[in-house]
Amino acid sequence: MLGKLTWQAIPWHEPPAMAASAFIILGILGILILITRKGWWGYLWNEWLTSVDHKRIGVMYVLLALVLLVRGFSDAIMMRTQLAMAAGNAPGYLPPEHYDQIFTAHGTIMIFFMAMPFVIGLMNFVVPLQLGVRDVAFPVLNSVSFWLTAAGALLVNVSLVVGEFARTGGLSYPPLSELAFSPGVGVDYYLWALQISGLGTLLAGINMVTTILKLRAPGMTYMRMPVFVWTALCSSMMIVAAFPILTATFGMLLLDRYAGMHFFTTDGGGNFMMYVNLIWAWGHPEVYILALPGFGIFSEVIATFSGKQLFGYRSMVLATLAICVLSNMVWLHHFFTMGAGADVNAVFGIMSMIIAIPTGVKLFNWLFTMFRGRIRFEVPVLWTIGFMVTFVLGGLTGVLLAVPPADFQLHNSLFLVAHFHNVIIGAVLFGLMAGYYYWFPKAFGFTLHRGLGVVSFWCWFIGFYLAFFPLYAVGLLGATRRMQHYADLSWQPYMIVAEVGAVVIMCGIIATILQLVISIRTRESRRDLTGDPWEGRTLEWATASPPPAYNFARLPTVESLDAFWVMKQRHTGNTSNVYPAIEMPRNSANGFLTAFFAVVIGFSLVWHIWWLVVLGLAGAAVILVSFGWRERVPVEVSGEQLAADEAAWRGAGVPG
Amino acid sequence: MSAEAGLAALPAAEPLRSRSGAGPAPVRIVVGYGFWIFLLSDIILFSALFATYAVQQGQTAGGPSAHQLFGLRNAGIETLALLFSSYTCGLAIVAMEQRRMSAFYLCFALTFVLGATFLGLELTEFAGFVARGAGPTRSGFLSAFFSLVGLHGAHVTVGLLWLIFLVAQTAYRGPLDYVRRRLLCFSLFWHALDIIWVGLLTMVYLMGAR
Repeated sequence: MLGKLTWQAIPWHEPPAMAASAFIILGILGILILITRKGWWGYLWNEWLTSVDHKRIGVMYVLLALVLLVRGFSDAIMMRTQLAMAAGNAPGYLPPEHYDQIFTAHGTIMIFFMAMPFVIGLMNFVVPLQLGVRDVAFPVLNSVSFWLTAAGALLVNVSLVVGEFARTGGLSYPPLSELAFSPGVGVDYYLWALQISGLGTLLAGINMVTTILKLRAPGMTYMRMPVFVWTALCSSMMIVAAFPILTATFGMLLLDRYAGMHFFTTDGGGNFMMYVNLIWAWGHPEVYILALPGFGIFSEVIATFSGKQLFGYRSMVLATLAICVLSNMVWLHHFFTMGAGADVNAVFGIMSMIIAIPTGVKLFNWLFTMFRGRIRFEVPVLWTIGFMVTFVLGGLTGVLLAVPPADFQLHNSLFLVAHFHNVIIGAVLFGLMAGYYYWFPKAFGFTLHRGLGVVSFWCWFIGFYLAFFPLYAVGLLGATRRMQHYADLSWQPYMIVAEVGAVVIMCGIIATILQLVISIRTRESRRDLTGDPWEGRTLEWATASPPPAYNFARLPTVESLDAFWVMKQRHTGNTSNVYPAIEMPRNSANGFLTAFFAVVIGFSLVWHIWWLVVLGLAGAAVILVSFGWRERVPVEVSGEQLAADEAAWRGAGVPG
Repeated sequence: MSAEAGLAALPAAEPLRSRSGAGPAPVRIVVGYGFWIFLLSDIILFSALFATYAVQQGQTAGGPSAHQLFGLRNAGIETLALLFSSYTCGLAIVAMEQRRMSAFYLCFALTFVLGATFLGLELTEFAGFVARGAGPTRSGFLSAFFSLVGLHGAHVTVGLLWLIFLVAQTAYRGPLDYVRRRLLCFSLFWHALDIIWVGLLTMVYLMGAR
């Protein structure tokens, strides 16, 4: 009846897991009770859960990312604590099988459910505004994308309470992840959660590419698009090019596990190195899917707060496109030790080093933008400068790792772990934090607390160096990744410094949470009535904060790069009071319901509850058919309404 | 920065040189384009399985090889059925644009019959292989074969269901703009399956049966 699911699946005998489960369940219950008592269900359902507004969806993506940042970070600090303790005869406090689940969950959550939703959320929120249009190309699909991502995140967290998570590392290499060596449900949770969220990501990428290439305000030629839009375009194109490979690869592993096939098994003609090749054919582009929008954010921030046009716009665009192409040609550098031979390794080594060139171009462009600018040291600028310093160091160790003979020594060591955290935290996380602070007032109409933003930055910045630079050293000394215990006592001081670093980062996260709470409580005093709190240059600042559902009462006409800046200088912009009526898409419950059935299907597949799989599939099919049968009846917003809205916010904020 | 300094540094308004500044595209273009991007992603999904098949082709683990299993006759008939179904699908879309509704229904009916013929032949072939002990669990080669060809077959199945659904919708609603956009997407999908089949025929059957 319930497949493999029994009471044994609840981790009764593991106090940490039970405590975490209780925390999650009580937290969710608490939130549900609060919503019910305050009578917020109607508001929540109508304004958020069924919303197809790209801005609302973007905000929900970012919220999901912030929640899972906390989850992923708790995993990280548990690992650091274990390694600070478990030297010599001390066993530490985490048994190996538990430790293995934690590092797998940490990698999976941070990449798929923290960084990806954060990046896609910011793209979702910002890109249509910067393009000067009213929504993405497919608003309902956008909602489906978000909810599928959320469904995947939910499944990963369900594994904490019911059953177990994979113990196979963030990318679940076979043969370890095959049924013969991982008979439990952990790998199945991993695979189904990522299949569901991967589908959501693919749909989001298709949506974004179509939006950028087909929906731009009049006059917005390609070479007038803000750099963030260019990076979003490249990132989304890579999503379209890479995520199907991930789906196919996981699909094959699932066929191995569920249908007894022989893709990656050790017997029957399987070839597990094929998995490693395929997964990195997705995995390396994925690194740049995350990093490029970060570069875009830094470009926007540095131009805005230097009060100058971005230096070398065209070279920036070309560099972005070059990275987009090159990142598809370097996947083999993740496993030089496969034994492909010196020639192949040399080609991939050189290709990897070549990526440093467009990245270097970008760095010089940012520096020259700052040169002779009037830099305002707002919080996003701190993140940007912190990024430049940190990322250069990470890039240098990357070039070092791209040398195959060096890589043979450093492969799977903590040096590698330090390297990729160096680039991912430096580029992606710093960029996302800069973007979060920069666009927050646009999303909510008030600015974030500056002081706590500064504290958060310094904690992250210092904490990062403390946490990861010792790992470079101890990695060179021979410490491998994924180890739960080590015999060499001389490594322990490094591990303790790294633990201190993790605690400092924790202070940064606490500062971020406090910042949000305090800013909300003092929002009346920090209202942004102008819609342009930073003296912005691009079109998202040309409308109210928060923007109305339709973004712009009349689509702006773009005459040059940095369109809004030029409008302000020329005092052009909105002059007429006559607005043609517009049509906006209706709310849709499709996304939420799809995700509901996706969770049902995923959970029942994990536990082999076949009747529930059939039921879930039937439910999903009903949603799909009703979606395909729908009539297109948009909501009309009248010209009078638009004129009234426009007069209201302009009267309140913008002088003249 | 003072206003004057800002104005002095201002570039002259650039003249529009390309059509890329024409403003948002009409819905029909957006929908068709978005669906094309989806099809590209689908082709990449297949390319991963093609690559896998190329790697696994020789991994028979003592079981039957491509040469022993594949005949060209079956694959040839399948190809004819599928290519002709694409032709009739194209005719149906043309008939729809000219509002010749009975021709439209006739051509879609033919498309369905030809597609179903293809699917029937493929399933018969699969059943035959399984009966001879050459199922997907037999070897790495057969896992790759069944997944690659089966994924295409699954697409054809979805396409046939979609076709029935769209015919019902057209009959119920008439040739409205949004119904025609959905028909356009279907026809793009159906043609893309042809492209993939041509690759499949070449790599799996023609190269395998030699």
